Amino acid sequence: MTPGEPLIRWDWIASHLDEFAFRLGEHFELTVIAVGVGLVIAFALSLLILRAPRTEGPITWVSGTLYTIPSLALFALLVPYTGFTVLTAEIGLVSYTLLILIRNIVRGIRGIPADVREAAVGMGYAPREILWRIELPLALAVIFAGIRVATISTIGLVTVTALIGQGGFGFLILTGMQRSFFTTEMIAGAVLSVALAGAADALLVLLQRRLTPWTRAA
Amino acid sequence: MTLFGDVARWFADPAHYQGSDAVQTRIFEHVAVSGLAVLVGVLVALPIGLYLGHTGRFGLVAVNVANIGRAIPSLAAVALAIPIAGTLLGVENGLGFWPTFFALIPLALPPILTNAYVAVRDVDRDVIEAARGMGVSESGILGRIELPLAMPLVLAGMRTAAVNVIATATLGALVAFGGLGRYIVDGLALREYDRLFAGALLVALLAIAAELAFSAFERAAISPGIRPRSERSEDVARSGG
Repeated sequence: MTPGEPLIRWDWIASHLDEFAFRLGEHFELTVIAVGVGLVIAFALSLLILRAPRTEGPITWVSGTLYTIPSLALFALLVPYTGFTVLTAEIGLVSYTLLILIRNIVRGIRGIPADVREAAVGMGYAPREILWRIELPLALAVIFAGIRVATISTIGLVTVTALIGQGGFGFLILTGMQRSFFTTEMIAGAVLSVALAGAADALLVLLQRRLTPWTRAA
Repeated sequence: MTLFGDVARWFADPAHYQGSDAVQTRIFEHVAVSGLAVLVGVLVALPIGLYLGHTGRFGLVAVNVANIGRAIPSLAAVALAIPIAGTLLGVENGLGFWPTFFALIPLALPPILTNAYVAVRDVDRDVIEAARGMGVSESGILGRIELPLAMPLVLAGMRTAAVNVIATATLGALVAFGGLGRYIVDGLALREYDRLFAGALLVALLAIAAELAFSAFERAAISPGIRPRSERSEDVARSGG
């Protein structure tokens, strides 16, 4: 911090709105790709767990270990192979979503009462129809809880990817540090990142209400 | 793969075990700052969480603390700890241990507090009513009934805090702290992939070791009466690096 410098220089903020918009786009894109790809992979692995429960142990172990590895270490392990790229960032970010998403998808589907499934079988639903039209809609509330946690965590972790040349709002935090701890830029990056997490969470809550109207009556 | 050869050579080089940048020194720095941060987190958050859980007050706050903690970008915590540490300690540009330590506290508190609160709240109300009927005092209920029953979740909160803190301590290298992040940050800056990879490996192993140590401790510390609830206790929150 330069002596005599105010904590926040509003004129700097006002003159960097374009930069904020650009970083918002970057942050948003990194997050959406990570959660989207994570959801696809988690969904496939969850179906595998539900079909073949013996795979649950190994899958949980691998995703749990990935989750435990500090993000900077995971990015660093990838850099020699995939460089300072979006791919490196996404491999890391996707890895972190898996544990939460798999846990919630499996738990959501397993939590459906057996009566419901039996009724569907009795009404002549094929297994594929049971999955898509009965099980998934009923598990949606639990799955969404997982998506919310994964999204908020990912938005926070994206800031760390600034160290491998990505970063979204994390870029502001890092360059602020490099400019001898220019607080205005660091605070802007931090506040915008937290605000994005809050906005994303609110949006997901609204989306869930739209997709599961029956939960509102209860 | 030549990288693995380079990394193996890096670990075999005696020069990396001498001086201020020695592997054992970096491990010690990393463990020390993380351990202290978790200790402070436990001392502050555990009594608050247990008390709020016991009384059932401020539930919304206690539960949401974890969510707020999760949204704090760890990079921001480390970056902003510099001016904060400077102000608190009255030093200009205080770098190194203190800002890293201060950055880790807000990441250690939320999972411990929220887990302690949820754990105590989840204790069967009938059990507590029975204890009260038998004349057990309020502090006896908290200490002898709620705490042992809440122990699995309480320890899971500490485990989450420890893993978060170890991850984020890596970022301390950005504010001139040592620790294992030193190798990663320097390796990235110098494009020295052997050092980078070795550092990343050490950090990953340290985090996994902490996780395993806490899991073993959980198994040992949990009252035999509630062992059947063997499903791994829930991480309520994880944030940070």
